[in-house]
Amino acid sequence: MSNRPAIDAVVIGASAGGVDAIGQLLSALPQDFGLPIMFVLHLPAGHSSLLPEVLGHYCRLPVCEALDKQPIAGGTVYCAPADCHLLVEPDFTLSLSIDDPVNFSRPSIDLLFESAAYAYRARLLAIVLTGASSDGANGLATVRACGGRAWVQQPAQAAHATMPSAAIARAGADAILSLPAMADALQAISTYSPNDNERQAHHD
Amino acid sequence: MTTDAFLDVQADNGRLDVDIELRLLLEGVFLKYQHDFRHYAVASLRRRVTQAMEMFGCATVSQLQDRVLHEPEVFAQMLQYFTVQLSDMFRDPAYFRALREQVLPVLRTYPSIKVWVAGCSSGEEVWSLAIMLAEEGLLDRTLIYATDINPKALRIAEGGIYSGERVAGFSANYLAAGGVRSLSDYYTAAYENVVFDRSLRQHMVFADHSLATDSVFSEVHLVSCRNVLIYFNRALQDRALQLFRDSLVHRGFLGLGTRETLRFSCLADSFHEIAPPLRVYQRG
Repeated sequence: MSNRPAIDAVVIGASAGGVDAIGQLLSALPQDFGLPIMFVLHLPAGHSSLLPEVLGHYCRLPVCEALDKQPIAGGTVYCAPADCHLLVEPDFTLSLSIDDPVNFSRPSIDLLFESAAYAYRARLLAIVLTGASSDGANGLATVRACGGRAWVQQPAQAAHATMPSAAIARAGADAILSLPAMADALQAISTYSPNDNERQAHHD
Repeated sequence: MTTDAFLDVQADNGRLDVDIELRLLLEGVFLKYQHDFRHYAVASLRRRVTQAMEMFGCATVSQLQDRVLHEPEVFAQMLQYFTVQLSDMFRDPAYFRALREQVLPVLRTYPSIKVWVAGCSSGEEVWSLAIMLAEEGLLDRTLIYATDINPKALRIAEGGIYSGERVAGFSANYLAAGGVRSLSDYYTAAYENVVFDRSLRQHMVFADHSLATDSVFSEVHLVSCRNVLIYFNRALQDRALQLFRDSLVHRGFLGLGTRETLRFSCLADSFHEIAPPLRVYQRG
């Protein structure tokens, strides 16, 4: 890992079983976690608006519903609004779109991952968690093609194995982890990254 | 990183050139066709251009650019990718309800009313507003300007002809928006389509207008511009909002899409939100 660039942002995609999984990851983050986290969690229509509130209870960082044109701030968790794609612009602001669902999903994990990959390139970590669809697999492939890192939840331990399995089959992964191991690794990344003097040296 | 992984990244570095090619394409489109997409939000546009590449069988954006510049009909088709937003009549019924309950009572106090639907696309919202204004007894003294940059969309909007399959959804929205009659009072079925009442059409003016390059053309009391600004970057958003501000009468109204906000705009202070979750603003 040491010869790869530091991570500037984390994107997460989860579907069926995802509230618990994301909750578990977020609850492990320390208050001084310095990176922004953007996530897409598929929920039945009408349930998503409560997500920031629900997940905010687990998390020491502020959790908010992403707004169009919002500048991305470190140490903040942004959740895709209901029925709306969440995208990252090259100038590190968030944007929303109501374009057609991709792979039957809006918000689409693929679109979040893909747009974040173009913005952050190698300095992105993308995480695919439990789910019963294949959303996220193509996006994860783009993240890896742009040099970013991919972690996938261990399918056998996920509430629904389909999505992590599809991601591994399509894109491969830098690490396949249980949730507790992933939470530990996230903390390690955060303490490694902020204001790291070597960041520019690693930037190819 | 292993050597293989390093080579993979190198091999795919062409992928990261997409944004360079995208800028060149947009610059070319602007110079050749005067359609200015240079300040659209990049992430959605990149996706749409990728789809256009697939449709035209182009392996790179540069190949697409070649065709767009040399084959005007390819540009015409691509314009659809860049602009068309399929809307619904009375989409987000709560928005229309807020207009009916909070905005129209104020508009009623003016001797004549002008409404601007900016980025009207295929016109569903224009016809919805006309119906609502008719039901409130205001349409006779109202003029609705409906503008878009896509000539094909404008023709569809002007026609007021929509697929019959969509009407059930339109009707449900109409009722949820506080409609007092039945939507079927306003259209006649013709084959698999419905055609909206031509008497509504008399109060509409359809025109080509770009929020990116054109300027104020009239003083208006209400601007409705929904799900257009999310496709703009901040600079272009601010340009459009400045146009709206300059077009609106003192205390005129601005309606945006459910996911749009003035919060990050430098014009945020020019407006205040009157129905907070519904994105209806009033000019200060």
